[in-house]
Amino acid sequence: MPAVSKGDGMRGLAVFISDIRNCKSKEAEIKRINKELANIRSKFKGDKALDGYSKKKYVCKLLFIFLLGHDIDFGHMEAVNLLSSNKYTEKQIGYLFISVLVNSNSELIRLINNAIKNDLSSRNPTFMCLALHCIANVGSREMAEAFAGEIPRILVAGDTMDSVKQSAALCLLRLYRTSPDLVLMGEWTSRVVHLLNDQHMGVVTAAISLITCLSQKNPEEFKTCVSLAVSRLSRIVSSASTDLQDYTYYFVPAPWLSCKLLRLLQCYPPPEDGAVKGRLVECLETILNKAQEPPKSKKVQHSNAKNAILFEAIALIIHYDSEPNLLVRACNQLGQFLQHRETNLRYLALESMCTLASSEFSHEAVKTHIETVINALKTERDVSVRQRAADLLYAMCDRSNAKQIVAEMLSYLETADYSIREEMVLKVAILAEKYAVDYSWYVDTILNLIRIAGDYVSEEVWYRVIQIVINRDDVQGYAAKTVFEALQAPACHENMVKVGGYILGEFGNLIAGDPRSSPLVQFNLLHSKFHLCSVPTRALLLSAYIKFINLFPETKPTIQEVLRCDSQIRNSDVELQQRAVEYLKLSSIASTDVLATVLEEMPPFPERESSILAKLKKKKGPGAVSGNELEEGKREGGELNGAGERPGDSSAIGASNASTPSPSADLLGLRSAAPVSAAPPSAGSLLVDVFSEAGPAAPAAGANDDGFLRDLEPPTESSDSLLAEGPGDSDSAPPSVVSEDPAPPLPESDELLNKFVCKNNGVLFENQLLQIGVKSEYRQNLGRMYLFYGNKTSVQFVNFTTTVSCPGELQSQLNVQLKPVDPLVEGGAQVQQVINIECLTVFSDAPLLNIKFRYGGALQNLTLKLPVAINKFFQPTEMSSHDFFQRWKQLSQPQQEAQKIFKANHAMDTEVLKAKLLGLGTALLEKVDPNPDNFVCAGVIQTKAQQVGCLLRLEPNAQAQMYRLTLRSSKDTVAKRLCELLAEQF
Amino acid sequence: MIGGLFIYNHKGEVLISRVYRDDIGRNAVDAFRVNVIHARQQVRSPVTNIARTSFFHVKRSNIWLAAVTKQNVNAAMVFEFLYKMCDVMTAYFGKISEENIKNNFVLIYELLDEILDFGYPQNSETGALKTFITQQGIKSQLQTKEEQSQITSQVTGQIGWRREGIKYRRNELFLDVLESVNLLMSPQGQVLSAHVSGRVVMKSYLSGMPECKFGMNDKIVIDKQGKGGTTDEAGKSELGGSSGKQSIAIDDCTFHQCVRLSKFDSERSISFIPPDGEYELMRYRTTKDIILPFRVIPLVREVGRTKLEVKVVIKSNFKPSLLAQKIEVRIPTPLNTSGVQVICMKGKAKYKASENAIVWKIKRMAGMKESQISAEIELLPTNDKKKWARPPISMNFEVPFAPSGLKVRYLKVFEPKLNYSDHDVIKWVRYIGRSGIYETRC
Repeated sequence: MPAVSKGDGMRGLAVFISDIRNCKSKEAEIKRINKELANIRSKFKGDKALDGYSKKKYVCKLLFIFLLGHDIDFGHMEAVNLLSSNKYTEKQIGYLFISVLVNSNSELIRLINNAIKNDLSSRNPTFMCLALHCIANVGSREMAEAFAGEIPRILVAGDTMDSVKQSAALCLLRLYRTSPDLVLMGEWTSRVVHLLNDQHMGVVTAAISLITCLSQKNPEEFKTCVSLAVSRLSRIVSSASTDLQDYTYYFVPAPWLSCKLLRLLQCYPPPEDGAVKGRLVECLETILNKAQEPPKSKKVQHSNAKNAILFEAIALIIHYDSEPNLLVRACNQLGQFLQHRETNLRYLALESMCTLASSEFSHEAVKTHIETVINALKTERDVSVRQRAADLLYAMCDRSNAKQIVAEMLSYLETADYSIREEMVLKVAILAEKYAVDYSWYVDTILNLIRIAGDYVSEEVWYRVIQIVINRDDVQGYAAKTVFEALQAPACHENMVKVGGYILGEFGNLIAGDPRSSPLVQFNLLHSKFHLCSVPTRALLLSAYIKFINLFPETKPTIQEVLRCDSQIRNSDVELQQRAVEYLKLSSIASTDVLATVLEEMPPFPERESSILAKLKKKKGPGAVSGNELEEGKREGGELNGAGERPGDSSAIGASNASTPSPSADLLGLRSAAPVSAAPPSAGSLLVDVFSEAGPAAPAAGANDDGFLRDLEPPTESSDSLLAEGPGDSDSAPPSVVSEDPAPPLPESDELLNKFVCKNNGVLFENQLLQIGVKSEYRQNLGRMYLFYGNKTSVQFVNFTTTVSCPGELQSQLNVQLKPVDPLVEGGAQVQQVINIECLTVFSDAPLLNIKFRYGGALQNLTLKLPVAINKFFQPTEMSSHDFFQRWKQLSQPQQEAQKIFKANHAMDTEVLKAKLLGLGTALLEKVDPNPDNFVCAGVIQTKAQQVGCLLRLEPNAQAQMYRLTLRSSKDTVAKRLCELLAEQF
Repeated sequence: MIGGLFIYNHKGEVLISRVYRDDIGRNAVDAFRVNVIHARQQVRSPVTNIARTSFFHVKRSNIWLAAVTKQNVNAAMVFEFLYKMCDVMTAYFGKISEENIKNNFVLIYELLDEILDFGYPQNSETGALKTFITQQGIKSQLQTKEEQSQITSQVTGQIGWRREGIKYRRNELFLDVLESVNLLMSPQGQVLSAHVSGRVVMKSYLSGMPECKFGMNDKIVIDKQGKGGTTDEAGKSELGGSSGKQSIAIDDCTFHQCVRLSKFDSERSISFIPPDGEYELMRYRTTKDIILPFRVIPLVREVGRTKLEVKVVIKSNFKPSLLAQKIEVRIPTPLNTSGVQVICMKGKAKYKASENAIVWKIKRMAGMKESQISAEIELLPTNDKKKWARPPISMNFEVPFAPSGLKVRYLKVFEPKLNYSDHDVIKWVRYIGRSGIYETRC
């Protein structure tokens, strides 16, 4: 508001406001307001017209009353009248009232829009500005509808004043943010971009905000802005501090504009044009040079402005990630800031360095600052800065400095703030695992971790220790000793007890020779913790006890005594009671041989393979693992449990134990430990399991599959590879072809596809970086598939794009629509994508899914087959025996039949077969075939064009372990295709 | 039990803070200010619970009195105490205002120490308090030992509210029956709710330790006597009674501590040794057979969107010989009123914009009369679609009779030790009926 001059003072308003201020109580204030409102009402109602001044005064009073929190339901008309006044102050108050009070559904909106339009077309720049400000302040959809076409014209018109241009650019930005669909730049694009060349710095500053926002949405259209921005930037950077006069802020030329230019450039990849690039690099170098110069002023504003530009420049350098020289220089510059006395600067430096550390060029340079960073972690006062320091340590960690960093982080953990402890624990665990060369070190580290911050140690972390200890013979003795020592602390965390129980149960014998840790001492030590633990831990300890009986027969009476006592054998918890009873019986009935077999040492865990991943790798195995198999695995698990419930039947346990390793895992680990065997926490375990249905089944099935896997695993997949290699490590980099074209489909994608013939959900693909899960549902000829992309790393994927292509004639057979997916996938996050599929006619091939993204600068490109086969569109048909054979005979032409005789890949279990056939989508017809062993199915494939009936007959031959599969269909290709698909399944 | 007591000014600044129990911390002071005094929405409940702490507040003009406790106390007791506390303060320094409280803060702390002990209310009788808590300094050598011990024995004795040895040349006694009548009436004249809450206030200037007996036309007493055989007396009073009814049904009543409750319970007779000076003998409430002194007949007509015509007739409904005073009728106006024209035959009427109402004042009005006002209200059309809620028309007045029908039958004074009898005492009785919330919907 301009300074209140004498004639313009609105004394009435001032008096009113001071009256209100002087009110002693709320009641008095309300009384005064009521009086004033009545006065204004009578004035507005009055027959004689009010002059502009009083109208303005009363509208002002209303506005004030409204801002005090009272409802105003009149006076809008008067405010609108003010808009058409010729006096600036009156117009201004009118616009103020409108932008504060008028809601979009008001009937006055037409009048208001009209007034705004008049002002926009007036020649008076102040009026135009007022109108633009009003549009921006209201910013509603209606406003956008009315003026989105008008404002770009004002913005680029040659005769528009500079100040109006500024307002227009910002107004347009606001409209674009609220309703981007209404602001269509189209023809204006190039002229808007050329505003970057405008003489007036203010216009450029305003325009660049608009351009940045627009180019983020459609980068292609605004590509030309890069070279303009670079030249503008270079002009600013090279100008002397006095050149820009008004736009020099504490000796820094146009700092805001420079920051915005640098930020705009961050929307684009490095310029391809050599000259432009050279100029830009020169600019960046100048900025870095300037940072070295002594400050021209001691004022904080000067250094703030300078550093703002510097940090934006560094962000740009990191974004380009292609200039090693600049990266290193940036890193050194940040290194200086690390010891700056300004806390904000230290924070920013640490934050920027974090990103620098992930670049291959500057990683080494970042590492030189390790001491400073560690110091910051220890001595920094501000917790947020300490957090950044911890982040940076994590980011700069590699094989060479892992020990030092992990040690520092551990020692810091003892004093760390509770808010960041959990994160720290996870980081330490990941680093220790990632860069472990010496396993005793790893074990030490994790045990320390549990000791220091047990509450924050998640299940996965201690699962992982046990897994590694079990798999590494050389570390077992050491682990047992360390754990034993750790347990001697008077108070130790429950997680420690879990690890201790498990490890002593397995490897207690390795330290039993020492009289200080004789079996009985070990047992007493464990048992002293027993009563303080929760039920799952107690269950685990009970399992450890039975293992003790096997390891040390001399402890048998003691342990049996413990198991026999009422608090175990009559425990109110079913799990504990069952274990106590079973173990007691097992120990008293079974002979030592049987006991030794049953309670054998845990077999090594399948290295690093999660059950899901193992299945993926197992395509050379007998057919694909289907959802039915998962079911089967689950049921098997149930049976095993059932066997366990009959304690007398120990031979059954023994037998099953001998056949597969999983029961023993199940016996010892039981429920709490089962996931250990099933899902080793690789980096992927950070991901959320999306397969809620498969979830409970997975561990059991996984355990089962692991048995296969160990035999099938090529020897090269040895224990060394269990540690997840850093994603940046080149030797373990995923199969990536750095090119913009879609990569050829993975060789195994066909087999991936087979996996999904009989099931709709599962993991489609997994490597070190990415996990893709599928969930799909089909109805008639329509299908919907959900793809879940999980980022297994801690670094975000950028430019994440997916496309689906239908090669060849598939294009006309299948209609696939892909919903767009967010181009940014945060580390550890998961994004979901929906694919709609319409089956137009019968098809045989599968559509291709191409995924591209940038991970740490490198382009990843992979192509998979979408698990869509013709059988997904089956509708089951129930029919009687008579009908079936009648139809069967109708389809008797040779081309309508497809037959295949093949050897069984899996065990011939009737139930499994049934489940698979149901999973196929057809109806399983009971009591149709005269031979009860045979399976008969019927279904109709629904496509948009036609419906294809299909009959199936599967004749298993148990003696020869062979199947005969016969398919008849009204369309010959369908029968053939289905026959091919199915032959792989049994 | 009360854990603490705070007094705030209108801004929420603490003027007096007295904490009686350890469970109330300093933060309780702020909690009440933040959640009640400065609450965004006006807090209308007199009891507020904040973080397991209960705050009981009363407001006297701009001053807030808040009692705080963490225990489950009897809320009625707390409010009774707060009101008593207000009475005591008024008796000591007049109106309760910020300035008075600031000027007398030492006195207030002294009083608080005396009338509340570890959160338990103690003697709050003004007369008794004034004997030992004075506004002037007490010169100890002037006050004799006897005097001190006399105060002690009186305050701690059986009759703590009266000291011995009072002498008056004229034994006088004033008795006021003060009633306030509350009404809510429908536009058609149907009574939706009505009740009278009354007080009997006495001022006694009697010598010695007199024993008093107070009698009124309580229905239970009259009926009992009727059964006893004194029918002629009942018949007599019926003939002479102004309202034609001889007894009233009292819904409930409370007494000053001097009244012997055991006697009231057994015989329903009110006997007591009165305190010296002014005190409130009893409080009561009746809901049956209330004489409504005025009838309000409203007529509101909406003429189009911009005009409203209001006509209100009031009728007085009591003996023509009596005069009602300070009559004030308040007619609410819509929120978008832009102008009002009023015509009334009697009294003065004015549109008060600050209160959104037409206020019509009549100084005096005799019984069985009627008077009317008509007003034209101009409205400003608004874009608000909400309809006017039409708040009720309210009324204030004062009449020289008891709307409940209560009559004082006798007040006997016996002083066996001194030689004056009931006849020598000069007695004054006065009835004042006021309006409480007296509303008629329109």
